Amino acid sequence: MSVNYGSKRTVVGAHYGLRDWLSQRVTAALMALFTLVLLAQVILTSGPIGYETWAGIFAPQWMKFLTFAVIIALIWHVWVGVRDIWMDYVKPVAVRLVLQVFTIVWLVGCAGWAIQVLWRL
Amino acid sequence: MTDLARKRPEFRNINALSDLPTYRLPAAGWVSILHRISGAVMFLLMPFIIWMFDNSLSSEISFARFTSAFNQGLGFVPGWLVTLVVLGLIWAYLHHFIAGLRHLYMDARHAVSKEFGKSSAIVTLVLSLGLTAVLGAKLFGLY
Repeated sequence: MSVNYGSKRTVVGAHYGLRDWLSQRVTAALMALFTLVLLAQVILTSGPIGYETWAGIFAPQWMKFLTFAVIIALIWHVWVGVRDIWMDYVKPVAVRLVLQVFTIVWLVGCAGWAIQVLWRL
Repeated sequence: MTDLARKRPEFRNINALSDLPTYRLPAAGWVSILHRISGAVMFLLMPFIIWMFDNSLSSEISFARFTSAFNQGLGFVPGWLVTLVVLGLIWAYLHHFIAGLRHLYMDARHAVSKEFGKSSAIVTLVLSLGLTAVLGAKLFGLY
Protein backbone atom coordinates (compact mmCIF):
# COMPACT_ATOMS: atom_id res chain seq x y z
CA MET A 1 0.00 0.00 0.00
CA SER A 2 2.98 2.34 0.33
CA VAL A 3 3.79 3.50 -3.21
CA ASN A 4 1.46 2.38 -5.92
CA TYR A 5 2.65 4.55 -8.80
CA GLY A 6 5.93 5.38 -10.55
CA SER A 7 9.09 3.32 -10.80
CA LYS A 8 9.10 2.43 -7.08
CA ARG A 9 5.60 0.98 -7.02
CA THR A 10 5.08 -2.39 -5.37
CA VAL A 11 4.05 -4.92 -7.98
CA VAL A 12 4.41 -8.10 -5.95
CA GLY A 13 3.90 -9.26 -2.39
CA ALA A 14 1.12 -10.07 0.00
CA HIS A 15 -0.21 -6.52 0.27
CA TYR A 16 -0.68 -5.84 -3.41
CA GLY A 17 -4.37 -6.73 -3.38
CA LEU A 18 -5.19 -5.08 -0.06
CA ARG A 19 -6.60 -1.91 -1.62
CA ASP A 20 -8.92 -3.88 -3.92
CA TRP A 21 -9.93 -6.20 -1.10
CA LEU A 22 -10.67 -3.33 1.27
CA SER A 23 -12.51 -1.18 -1.28
CA GLN A 24 -14.68 -4.16 -2.18
CA ARG A 25 -15.66 -4.53 1.50
CA VAL A 26 -16.22 -0.84 2.15
CA THR A 27 -18.37 -0.39 -0.96
CA ALA A 28 -20.27 -3.56 0.03
CA ALA A 29 -21.01 -2.14 3.46
CA LEU A 30 -22.36 1.09 1.94
CA MET A 31 -24.57 -0.84 -0.48
CA ALA A 32 -25.80 -3.07 2.34
CA LEU A 33 -26.88 0.05 4.25
CA PHE A 34 -28.70 1.34 1.16
CA THR A 35 -30.36 -2.05 0.69
CA LEU A 36 -31.71 -2.05 4.24
CA VAL A 37 -32.98 1.53 3.90
CA LEU A 38 -34.77 0.72 0.63
CA LEU A 39 -36.01 -2.72 1.67
CA ALA A 40 -37.51 -1.42 4.90
CA GLN A 41 -39.54 1.18 3.02
CA VAL A 42 -40.73 -1.32 0.39
CA ILE A 43 -41.68 -4.10 2.80
CA LEU A 44 -43.33 -1.81 5.36
CA THR A 45 -45.62 -0.27 2.74
CA SER A 46 -48.95 -2.04 2.85
CA GLY A 47 -50.80 -2.63 -0.39
CA PRO A 48 -49.51 -2.20 -3.94
CA ILE A 49 -46.74 0.32 -4.48
CA GLY A 50 -47.78 2.93 -7.04
CA TYR A 51 -45.71 5.60 -8.73
CA GLU A 52 -46.27 8.16 -5.94
CA THR A 53 -44.96 5.87 -3.19
CA TRP A 54 -42.03 4.60 -5.24
CA ALA A 55 -40.90 8.03 -6.47
CA GLY A 56 -41.50 9.35 -2.93
CA ILE A 57 -38.82 7.03 -1.59
CA PHE A 58 -36.25 8.69 -3.84
CA ALA A 59 -37.56 12.23 -3.37
CA PRO A 60 -35.70 13.36 -0.19
CA GLN A 61 -32.30 14.95 -0.78
CA TRP A 62 -30.57 12.57 1.67
CA MET A 63 -31.85 9.59 -0.36
CA LYS A 64 -30.45 11.13 -3.57
CA PHE A 65 -27.18 11.76 -1.74
CA LEU A 66 -27.07 8.13 -0.61
CA THR A 67 -28.15 6.75 -3.99
CA PHE A 68 -25.44 8.71 -5.80
CA ALA A 69 -22.76 7.40 -3.44
CA VAL A 70 -24.16 3.89 -3.89
CA ILE A 71 -23.96 4.12 -7.70
CA ILE A 72 -20.26 5.02 -7.46
CA ALA A 73 -19.68 2.30 -4.86
CA LEU A 74 -21.50 -0.23 -7.04
CA ILE A 75 -19.37 0.50 -10.12
CA TRP A 76 -16.18 0.26 -8.08
CA HIS A 77 -17.33 -2.97 -6.41
CA VAL A 78 -18.30 -4.54 -9.74
CA TRP A 79 -14.99 -3.58 -11.28
CA VAL A 80 -13.07 -5.43 -8.55
CA GLY A 81 -15.36 -8.46 -8.75
CA VAL A 82 -15.55 -8.82 -12.53
CA ARG A 83 -11.82 -8.26 -12.88
CA ASP A 84 -11.36 -11.15 -10.41
CA ILE A 85 -13.49 -13.36 -12.66
CA TRP A 86 -11.42 -12.47 -15.76
CA MET A 87 -8.16 -13.01 -13.86
CA ASP A 88 -9.34 -16.43 -12.63
CA TYR A 89 -10.65 -17.87 -15.89
CA VAL A 90 -9.09 -15.98 -18.78
CA LYS A 91 -5.38 -16.57 -19.21
CA PRO A 92 -4.45 -15.15 -22.66
CA VAL A 93 -3.40 -11.55 -22.05
CA ALA A 94 -4.98 -10.19 -25.25
CA VAL A 95 -8.41 -11.68 -24.51
CA ARG A 96 -8.22 -10.54 -20.90
CA LEU A 97 -7.36 -7.00 -21.96
CA VAL A 98 -10.30 -6.88 -24.38
CA LEU A 99 -12.66 -8.15 -21.65
CA GLN A 100 -11.32 -5.65 -19.12
CA VAL A 101 -11.74 -2.77 -21.57
CA PHE A 102 -15.28 -3.99 -22.31
CA THR A 103 -15.96 -4.10 -18.55
CA ILE A 104 -14.78 -0.52 -18.06
CA VAL A 105 -16.80 0.80 -21.01
CA TRP A 106 -19.87 -1.13 -19.84
CA LEU A 107 -19.56 0.15 -16.26
CA VAL A 108 -18.82 3.78 -17.18
CA GLY A 109 -21.80 3.79 -19.54
CA CYS A 110 -24.09 2.26 -16.91
CA ALA A 111 -22.90 4.70 -14.25
CA GLY A 112 -23.57 7.67 -16.53
CA TRP A 113 -27.07 6.42 -17.30
CA ALA A 114 -27.93 5.77 -13.65
CA ILE A 115 -26.63 9.17 -12.54
CA GLN A 116 -28.55 10.86 -15.37
CA VAL A 117 -31.76 9.20 -14.14
CA LEU A 118 -31.05 10.23 -10.56
CA TRP A 119 -30.22 13.85 -11.33
CA ARG A 120 -33.33 14.66 -13.32
CA LEU A 121 -35.64 13.46 -10.54
CA MET B 1 -6.30 -38.46 11.69
CA THR B 2 -8.25 -41.15 9.88
CA ASP B 3 -9.78 -38.42 7.76
CA LEU B 4 -6.38 -37.23 6.68
CA ALA B 5 -5.03 -40.70 6.09
CA ARG B 6 -7.88 -41.70 3.79
CA LYS B 7 -7.05 -41.23 0.15
CA ARG B 8 -9.21 -38.47 -1.28
CA PRO B 9 -10.13 -38.30 -4.95
CA GLU B 10 -7.90 -35.99 -6.92
CA PHE B 11 -9.27 -33.84 -9.68
CA ARG B 12 -7.06 -32.57 -12.45
CA ASN B 13 -8.23 -31.13 -15.76
CA ILE B 14 -11.82 -31.36 -14.62
CA ASN B 15 -14.06 -32.44 -17.45
CA ALA B 16 -17.36 -30.58 -17.48
CA LEU B 17 -19.27 -33.62 -18.78
CA SER B 18 -17.73 -36.55 -16.94
CA ASP B 19 -16.48 -35.02 -13.65
CA LEU B 20 -18.82 -32.16 -12.79
CA PRO B 21 -22.11 -34.12 -12.64
CA THR B 22 -20.64 -36.52 -10.06
CA TYR B 23 -18.73 -33.87 -8.09
CA ARG B 24 -20.69 -33.10 -4.93
CA LEU B 25 -20.07 -29.54 -3.84
CA PRO B 26 -20.49 -28.78 -0.11
CA ALA B 27 -22.99 -26.08 0.90
CA ALA B 28 -20.25 -23.49 1.33
CA GLY B 29 -19.04 -24.32 -2.17
CA TRP B 30 -22.52 -23.70 -3.57
CA VAL B 31 -22.71 -20.35 -1.80
CA SER B 32 -19.31 -19.44 -3.18
CA ILE B 33 -19.95 -20.28 -6.83
CA LEU B 34 -23.48 -18.84 -6.71
CA HIS B 35 -22.02 -15.63 -5.26
CA ARG B 36 -19.85 -15.37 -8.36
CA ILE B 37 -22.59 -16.40 -10.81
CA SER B 38 -25.14 -14.00 -9.28
CA GLY B 39 -22.59 -11.17 -9.47
CA ALA B 40 -21.83 -11.90 -13.12
CA VAL B 41 -25.55 -12.08 -14.00
CA MET B 42 -26.23 -8.71 -12.38
CA PHE B 43 -23.21 -7.24 -14.18
CA LEU B 44 -24.47 -8.44 -17.57
CA LEU B 45 -28.07 -7.37 -16.92
CA MET B 46 -27.06 -3.97 -15.50
CA PRO B 47 -28.53 -2.01 -18.46
CA PHE B 48 -31.88 -3.74 -17.90
CA ILE B 49 -31.73 -2.92 -14.17
CA ILE B 50 -31.03 0.74 -14.96
CA TRP B 51 -33.82 0.67 -17.56
CA MET B 52 -36.18 -0.39 -14.76
CA PHE B 53 -34.73 2.25 -12.42
CA ASP B 54 -35.22 4.87 -15.17
CA ASN B 55 -38.76 3.94 -16.19
CA SER B 56 -40.11 3.27 -12.71
CA LEU B 57 -38.97 6.67 -11.43
CA SER B 58 -38.99 9.17 -14.31
CA SER B 59 -42.73 9.81 -14.69
CA GLU B 60 -46.14 8.22 -14.28
CA ILE B 61 -46.20 7.45 -18.00
CA SER B 62 -42.86 5.64 -17.85
CA PHE B 63 -44.01 3.92 -14.64
CA ALA B 64 -46.98 2.54 -16.57
CA ARG B 65 -44.57 1.34 -19.27
CA PHE B 66 -42.50 -0.32 -16.52
CA THR B 67 -45.46 -2.17 -15.00
CA SER B 68 -46.86 -3.21 -18.39
CA ALA B 69 -43.54 -4.88 -19.26
CA PHE B 70 -44.52 -7.63 -16.78
CA ASN B 71 -47.84 -8.25 -18.55
CA GLN B 72 -47.50 -7.19 -22.17
CA GLY B 73 -43.80 -7.92 -22.43
CA LEU B 74 -40.92 -5.78 -23.59
CA GLY B 75 -40.18 -5.63 -27.31
CA PHE B 76 -39.86 -9.22 -28.48
CA VAL B 77 -39.53 -10.54 -24.89
CA PRO B 78 -42.84 -11.92 -23.53
CA GLY B 79 -44.17 -10.72 -20.18
CA TRP B 80 -43.71 -14.03 -18.37
CA LEU B 81 -40.03 -14.01 -19.29
CA VAL B 82 -39.59 -10.44 -18.01
CA THR B 83 -41.25 -11.57 -14.77
CA LEU B 84 -38.98 -14.60 -14.55
CA VAL B 85 -35.83 -12.55 -15.22
CA VAL B 86 -36.82 -10.00 -12.57
CA LEU B 87 -37.46 -12.78 -10.05
CA GLY B 88 -34.04 -14.18 -10.96
CA LEU B 89 -32.48 -10.76 -10.42
CA ILE B 90 -34.18 -10.44 -7.02
CA TRP B 91 -32.75 -13.81 -6.03
CA ALA B 92 -29.31 -12.91 -7.43
CA TYR B 93 -29.27 -9.67 -5.44
CA LEU B 94 -30.43 -11.29 -2.19
CA HIS B 95 -28.03 -14.20 -2.49
CA HIS B 96 -25.13 -11.88 -3.27
CA PHE B 97 -26.19 -9.63 -0.39
CA ILE B 98 -26.51 -12.36 2.26
CA ALA B 99 -23.39 -14.23 1.09
CA GLY B 100 -21.59 -10.88 1.21
CA LEU B 101 -22.71 -10.28 4.80
CA ARG B 102 -21.43 -13.78 5.60
CA HIS B 103 -18.09 -12.76 4.09
CA LEU B 104 -17.94 -9.53 6.08
CA TYR B 105 -18.78 -11.38 9.29
CA MET B 106 -16.04 -13.95 8.66
CA ASP B 107 -13.55 -11.16 7.86
CA ALA B 108 -14.42 -9.36 11.06
CA ARG B 109 -14.39 -12.41 13.29
CA HIS B 110 -11.21 -13.82 11.74
CA ALA B 111 -11.57 -17.24 13.34
CA VAL B 112 -14.41 -19.35 12.01
CA SER B 113 -15.02 -23.03 12.46
CA LYS B 114 -15.77 -25.63 9.83
CA GLU B 115 -19.23 -26.11 11.37
CA PHE B 116 -20.00 -22.41 11.18
CA GLY B 117 -18.93 -22.39 7.54
CA LYS B 118 -21.43 -25.11 6.77
CA SER B 119 -24.35 -23.90 8.87
CA SER B 120 -24.02 -20.28 7.70
CA ALA B 121 -23.86 -21.47 4.10
CA ILE B 122 -27.14 -23.36 4.51
CA VAL B 123 -28.72 -20.32 6.19
CA THR B 124 -27.57 -18.19 3.22
CA LEU B 125 -29.11 -20.53 0.66
CA VAL B 126 -32.41 -20.88 2.51
CA LEU B 127 -32.77 -17.23 3.51
CA SER B 128 -32.08 -15.89 0.01
CA LEU B 129 -34.73 -18.19 -1.50
CA GLY B 130 -37.21 -17.36 1.28
CA LEU B 131 -36.74 -13.61 0.92
CA THR B 132 -37.06 -13.96 -2.87
CA ALA B 133 -40.48 -15.51 -2.29
CA VAL B 134 -41.50 -12.67 0.05
CA LEU B 135 -40.32 -9.91 -2.28
CA GLY B 136 -41.69 -11.72 -5.32
CA ALA B 137 -45.09 -11.83 -3.63
CA LYS B 138 -44.79 -8.10 -2.95
CA LEU B 139 -43.74 -7.39 -6.53
CA PHE B 140 -46.72 -9.20 -7.97
CA GLY B 141 -49.15 -7.64 -5.54
CA LEU B 142 -50.02 -10.66 -3.41
CA TYR B 143 -49.99 -8.47 -0.29
